Amino acid sequence: MFDKSNKIIVGLEIGTSKVCAVVGELGQEGNLRITGVGQAKSRGVRKGEIVDTGAAVEDIRAAIAEAEQMADVEIRSVYLGVTGGHIRGFNNRGRHAIPSADREITADDVQDVVKNARAINIPAENHVIHVIRHHFIVDGQEGVLQPVGMLGAQIEVDVHVVHGVTNRLQNPIRAVKSLQLDVEDIVFNGIASSLAVLTPEEKELGVLVIDLGAGVTNYVAYVNGIIKHTGVLAVGGDHVTNDLAYGLKTSMGRAEALKIEHGSAVVGPGDKGQTIAISNDVGLPERSINLEHLRRIMSLRIEETLQIVAEDLETVGLIDYLRAGVRLCGGGARVPNVSRLAEQVFGLPVSVGRTKSISGLVSTLDQPEFATGIGLVKFGSFQVEKRVARGGWRTRLKSTLSRMLQGA
Amino acid sequence: MTEAENIAVGLPPVHRVPVIRVVGLGGAGLQAVAHMVQSGLTGLTFAVAHTDARQLAQCAVEPKVLFGGGITRGLGAGGDPDVGRAAAEADVEALRELARDQDLVILVTGLGGGTGSGAAPVLARAARDCGALVVGVAALPFDFEGQRRIQQAQQSLRQLKCAADAVICLPNQKIAGLLDDTTTLLDTFRVANDHLAEGVRGLSRLVTQEGLINVNFADLCRVVRGRQAESSFASASAAGEHRSREVVQKLFSSPFLEGGNLLAEAEAVLASLVGGPDLTLREVKHVMEQINRACENSQVVMGAAIDPSCTGRLAMTLIVTRRSTSDAAAAGEGKEQAEAEAPLVSEFPIEGGRNGLTLKEGNEPARPASRFVPPPPKLSPEQAQQLLANQAGTGAARRRQKQAKLRQGMLPLEVVSKGRFARSEPTLYRGEDLDTPTYIRRGVPLN
Ligand SMILES: Nc1nc2c(ncn2[C@@H]2O[C@H](COP(=O)(O)OP(=O)(O)O)[C@@H](O)[C@H]2O)c(=O)[nH]1
Ligand SMILES: Nc1ncnc2c1ncn2[C@@H]1O[C@H](COP(=O)(O)OP(=O)(O)O)[C@@H](O)[C@H]1O
Ligand SMILES: [Mg+2]
Ligand SMILES: [Mg+2]
Repeated sequence: MFDKSNKIIVGLEIGTSKVCAVVGELGQEGNLRITGVGQAKSRGVRKGEIVDTGAAVEDIRAAIAEAEQMADVEIRSVYLGVTGGHIRGFNNRGRHAIPSADREITADDVQDVVKNARAINIPAENHVIHVIRHHFIVDGQEGVLQPVGMLGAQIEVDVHVVHGVTNRLQNPIRAVKSLQLDVEDIVFNGIASSLAVLTPEEKELGVLVIDLGAGVTNYVAYVNGIIKHTGVLAVGGDHVTNDLAYGLKTSMGRAEALKIEHGSAVVGPGDKGQTIAISNDVGLPERSINLEHLRRIMSLRIEETLQIVAEDLETVGLIDYLRAGVRLCGGGARVPNVSRLAEQVFGLPVSVGRTKSISGLVSTLDQPEFATGIGLVKFGSFQVEKRVARGGWRTRLKSTLSRMLQGA
Repeated sequence: MTEAENIAVGLPPVHRVPVIRVVGLGGAGLQAVAHMVQSGLTGLTFAVAHTDARQLAQCAVEPKVLFGGGITRGLGAGGDPDVGRAAAEADVEALRELARDQDLVILVTGLGGGTGSGAAPVLARAARDCGALVVGVAALPFDFEGQRRIQQAQQSLRQLKCAADAVICLPNQKIAGLLDDTTTLLDTFRVANDHLAEGVRGLSRLVTQEGLINVNFADLCRVVRGRQAESSFASASAAGEHRSREVVQKLFSSPFLEGGNLLAEAEAVLASLVGGPDLTLREVKHVMEQINRACENSQVVMGAAIDPSCTGRLAMTLIVTRRSTSDAAAAGEGKEQAEAEAPLVSEFPIEGGRNGLTLKEGNEPARPASRFVPPPPKLSPEQAQQLLANQAGTGAARRRQKQAKLRQGMLPLEVVSKGRFARSEPTLYRGEDLDTPTYIRRGVPLN
């Protein structure tokens, strides 16, 4: 790019409860400022995936338009957040025998071994969203960071691969493209959120970020500064609301309002016997709701969700490496006492992640729901910096995207 | 069907069917029930009751009960609900007999005249005292029948809502749009009776037929019971290649659903789909998806069943409960309802249970043991017990708590409503469907 002016980077999250577009401006010194944000209530998304394209496109349009107006820019492309129950993260080890006679490892060998690692065990109908390279192993020697130039017969690499079903990843891309917007890259929402709320120190110490959204719960674990695990559970705030609607025999709309106004992740000793009078449209009392029931239903659901995440981290053997504890974000992080409940489940310190590490509309944006959108902008800024470093601007990733859309 | 699809749909639980009786009350009730018998409604028994001996004699349905003979001399109630009520009070024992040993009594009547309007609340109470769940199915007068009848019908409807577990209304006026000016009055009532019959057929099918997806008694209670608002129903059927789309289109254009608008505002919806042995999972899904989409803000309980007589066809019945809060009058209604109920109680004081009205919990006759057998245990028996216990503890069910307790562990309870998640794949984790509320899966009691 010959453009000397500041680079505009836009993150777009097509969430289950809201569509959110965040505009960032990357200064020439690499400083990132958030200059605008646009939001629309999301009507076409369930469990993090589009089920009604028409509604979703309208909502994306509205969010983008609002962001454009606030940031006073024209948005042409976005970094698109993706999620859904089909997305999986797991670790792979790739192997590659060094072919050259002198056994010196070249950059090509490194590329090949990473390529091998990303391809193993991925179903044909799936698309790899991220490959996070851990360290190299040269002839059994672990922990090699820079293998090029070393001598060896075999090079291995551990990678964390995040992948999802291609068809399902295409849906949001197609929706965005139908608005004449380009997709620069797709990013797993959990990774985006983690970029927004974590400091380098926390990543180094070991930390788990859980994004408690309306439709899904995304999570990402870092150890020694590197992403070691990711996951999606297609359970979120909507499930809490649905449980309440069912248990309190009320509508979804009313259950959502009750959740936000009276919800808690733990049942307090003072909740017993308390009731909430709910009134009808004209303000007259209609019936009363048992506060203890409300909180019990909520607590059970949120606890279960957190337990499933904790079990997963135990299964992959990471729970003992999270020395910086757990950070929560997403709208679900607003539930009173959710940190307390999570501390009981994980046995680790838990706090709500703050998105303060970026300048710009700081106070507007330091809200747990915006973590994904801001993180997408951050992800974008890394790509731009990489691209500037490489001097090319048509990335491999972009061509991957167009490949994915072929035949669509 | 693949394993995953089985899980998504829910395997049919094994249970014996509840015992159901349809009771026609008054002139309209007689006509409607005779129509049902003629149209071959099976799996339930019928009975009729009236104050008019002549009309009763012309009716082919058995058994028949002539009541209030001492008051009306068998000449009918003369359009006066007070007479109808007094007649029923006088012979309440005979009416109660009709409900004996029934799990569900569907009380079919036309409100606005004398017999149906006056006797329906009395009969409903008597049947409930026998331990039956009582669902009233009430035809309401045409506009042209005049203000007096309409008001009489409204007043009686309020009383019936207090007396029965649920009332489903079928305003005759709503079929007016289906008719042209040359239709005779008799034909008009025939059309209305067709709708009543279809509604009752759908209702009974919901609770009796073994389904792919079972809706059961508990679901029915949940949707219809203890709600201030009244319910409506609509049925449709379609055949041919595009039946899964057509049946829904027909339903949505039904005057009883106000062109589908009622669904958007509904509080709860009970949907029953019936097809032949050729019914495919895709069809079920397709229909259910469309229904769910239209009812996004309501609790939807769905059932699907196979009926060999439906081969090549799909039949669907919806029971829709309105949201009671949306009209400003709703607040006043509760009060009115209490007022409507008051004279009933004070005018006919309780004499040693003679008329079956019981106000004190302790006097309530025990409900006979149900004939239900539990479904294959999805929940442990203790969990089911706890669940049923807390179901009994809420809303209008409280009055019936004692009876409900006897049913604990006997009614199958299964959550088939996917509500908000209907359009996405279920979230399965270690064999559990996480879309089902956690508290239910864990069997946590709420009391
Ligand atoms: N759906 C239907 N409604 C009827 C029929 N006959 C009468 N009605 C309605 O029922 C109301 C009560 O009439 P009817 O049952 O004859 O009076 P009752 O015998 O004194 O209860 C009338 O106002 C009509 O609107 C019928 O055959 N079918
Ligand atoms: N104060 C609150 N208490 C409980 N839940 C809340 C609160 N605020 C937001 N939520 C829930 O958070 C969810 C929205 O979070 P968000 O991260 O914006 O979701 P998404 O990104 O999936 O759209 C909703 O389910 C909403 O009910
Ligand atoms: Mg989100
Ligand atoms: Mg009548």
